[in-house]
Amino acid sequence: MKLPALKTAVKDLSEIDRREFFKAGGAVATVALSSGVTLMAFGGAASANADAGKRWGLLIDVNKCKSDCNACVTACSDENGWEDTGNPETDAQWIRKVDLTHKQTGREVSLPMMCQHCEQPPCVDVCPTGASFKRADGIVLVDKHACIGCRYCMMACPFKARSFVHEPVENQKSHAPRGNGTVESCTLCVHRVDKGGSPACVEACSETGHGAMMFGDLNDPASEISQALKQYSSIGLRDDLRLNPGVRYSNL
Amino acid sequence: MMDRTIYREIKLTPVVWLLAGVLGAFIAAAGLALLYVEHNGHIVTGMNNQIVWGLPHVFAIFLIVAASGALNVASIASVFGKIENKPMARFSGLLSLALLAGGLAVLVLDLGRPDRLLLAMTKNNFKSIFAWNIYLYSGFFAVVGAYLYVQMARGMAPKVIKQVGTAAFIWRLALTTGTGSIFGWLVARPGYDAAILAPMFIVMSFSFGLAFFLLAISAVYRLSGRYIGPNLIKRLGRLLGIFAGAVLYFTAVRHLTNLYAAEHADFERFILFSGGFFTQLFWIGQVLIGGVIPLFLLFHHTDGSNRKHVLTASVLIILGGMAQIYGIVIGGQAFPLEIFPAYTVNNGSFDGAIANYSASLPELALGLGGVALTLLIAGLGVVVLRILPLNLSDRNIDPSKPDF
Repeated sequence: MKLPALKTAVKDLSEIDRREFFKAGGAVATVALSSGVTLMAFGGAASANADAGKRWGLLIDVNKCKSDCNACVTACSDENGWEDTGNPETDAQWIRKVDLTHKQTGREVSLPMMCQHCEQPPCVDVCPTGASFKRADGIVLVDKHACIGCRYCMMACPFKARSFVHEPVENQKSHAPRGNGTVESCTLCVHRVDKGGSPACVEACSETGHGAMMFGDLNDPASEISQALKQYSSIGLRDDLRLNPGVRYSNL
Repeated sequence: MMDRTIYREIKLTPVVWLLAGVLGAFIAAAGLALLYVEHNGHIVTGMNNQIVWGLPHVFAIFLIVAASGALNVASIASVFGKIENKPMARFSGLLSLALLAGGLAVLVLDLGRPDRLLLAMTKNNFKSIFAWNIYLYSGFFAVVGAYLYVQMARGMAPKVIKQVGTAAFIWRLALTTGTGSIFGWLVARPGYDAAILAPMFIVMSFSFGLAFFLLAISAVYRLSGRYIGPNLIKRLGRLLGIFAGAVLYFTAVRHLTNLYAAEHADFERFILFSGGFFTQLFWIGQVLIGGVIPLFLLFHHTDGSNRKHVLTASVLIILGGMAQIYGIVIGGQAFPLEIFPAYTVNNGSFDGAIANYSASLPELALGLGGVALTLLIAGLGVVVLRILPLNLSDRNIDPSKPDF
């Protein structure tokens, strides 16, 4: 009679897992690495906590962003566990700073670039397995358990926002799973957002006193970001492609 | 009077065994390369976050495109009723299956997670042309497999062969449209984003596949001491010339269209003039070696050396084809994305800069392994199945149309 008993036990465990995980807000797929360590993988209906009424977005004021400041990049790296290994061509880069000079006027600007969380994301369109997906609240993610590492999303992304993990990774953060041979990008710190927080880059930018990044619900007319967008002109990058990015830039 | 066609297996001679051993060694090397890359990650390849598809994709796409074109001879026989091609139709079908298997093997084994292949087959996003291609490729195996079967089955009505042959012909057009669309539908990159890539890939398949077919069938016949009529080769050579010319035509239209659009001018300047290696690859590799010289060889030959000219042209077309696909795949990625058209980029993580790529040995080994797998499958086919006729005499050529 051992077998039925074992079956019941397994069933009970999966029930607990399911309940636990929906409570945690997110991932359908979970992997137990060792006792006490569980990786969430943003799987399937990871949108459990996503509110279809919201659309999370960023507004970046290029005038306030300083060329010599890298706080947003460092904060993202610390928060999500990707780092500089001395191979810039293959290192993951969830967020990067770009310095620009206007061709006609010579005006110099600096800005952070990351996943633009498009309303019509090309990475989601081209992904053969549906591993690239957009949550109901507009956050574009990669399900690390469904990504086969074909890199077609990297070919399709107009913003070079995605990185391929080129070598085995260690010491991952449990809230930001990574895997050799899969593709990753900015998650808009979904683990913080789902708990009512804001992305690490925005927080770090604010701490420097520059305040160049604003996070909020684009669908809520009363939100600070919606008010700012209403007041000042802004653009989405590659607006010609009509992807309607969730990240907008003012004074660019 | 037409010869009766008698199909027989190729005999296993020591030379055939030796060749099988060499091909096996290449496949083993590809296996080692795969294990090495899987163990260490793609860090040990030349690929990076700028050039995400490297040399394995060049090989894979070449083989997949050629797979569709290797079916030409069978299609011409069954669909367009050219009777002199009929004895070669079985080999045409076999070779196209072998090419597709070789190409897909390379494509799949270069995935970041090849162990998740089953997932790619069971979980599909049908908005992705990649997902469609999974069905186009596996469907090709089924349709061409059925076509091979009806050709080889005893007492099969010619009408059935024609119907299945027509289905295979339509399928291969769809397949190559799908392969071209992988690039054509990438709207964000200036090097792609062109509907003409789909029909251009079809024409490329006609040319590369026929060149591969001519070399393969000549090699097998030479190896087995069987006879091929010089006029058969000459006529297929003329057809190859038309296809090679058509590839040049589509290439010209593609670049002229891009030149007309101001937004693509920088990319065209890169490929056609200032791209260094990529510019050389285009003009010397694709246009001269893969186009102009083969055209000259195929249409301006002296009597008595036709076969040699056709085979030399076939080799050059394959080299030029590899150069062309390298230019499309790697060149298209090397040119930077235009995220800030009004600005110049001072510094960023490789933004605004031409990306570097140099292929590594494991990538080359994987690609060559795909070619070896193709040849081994085709070789195994002609050894165990009655694929090839004892001789391919010129007597099957329609006497009312002696010169195509």
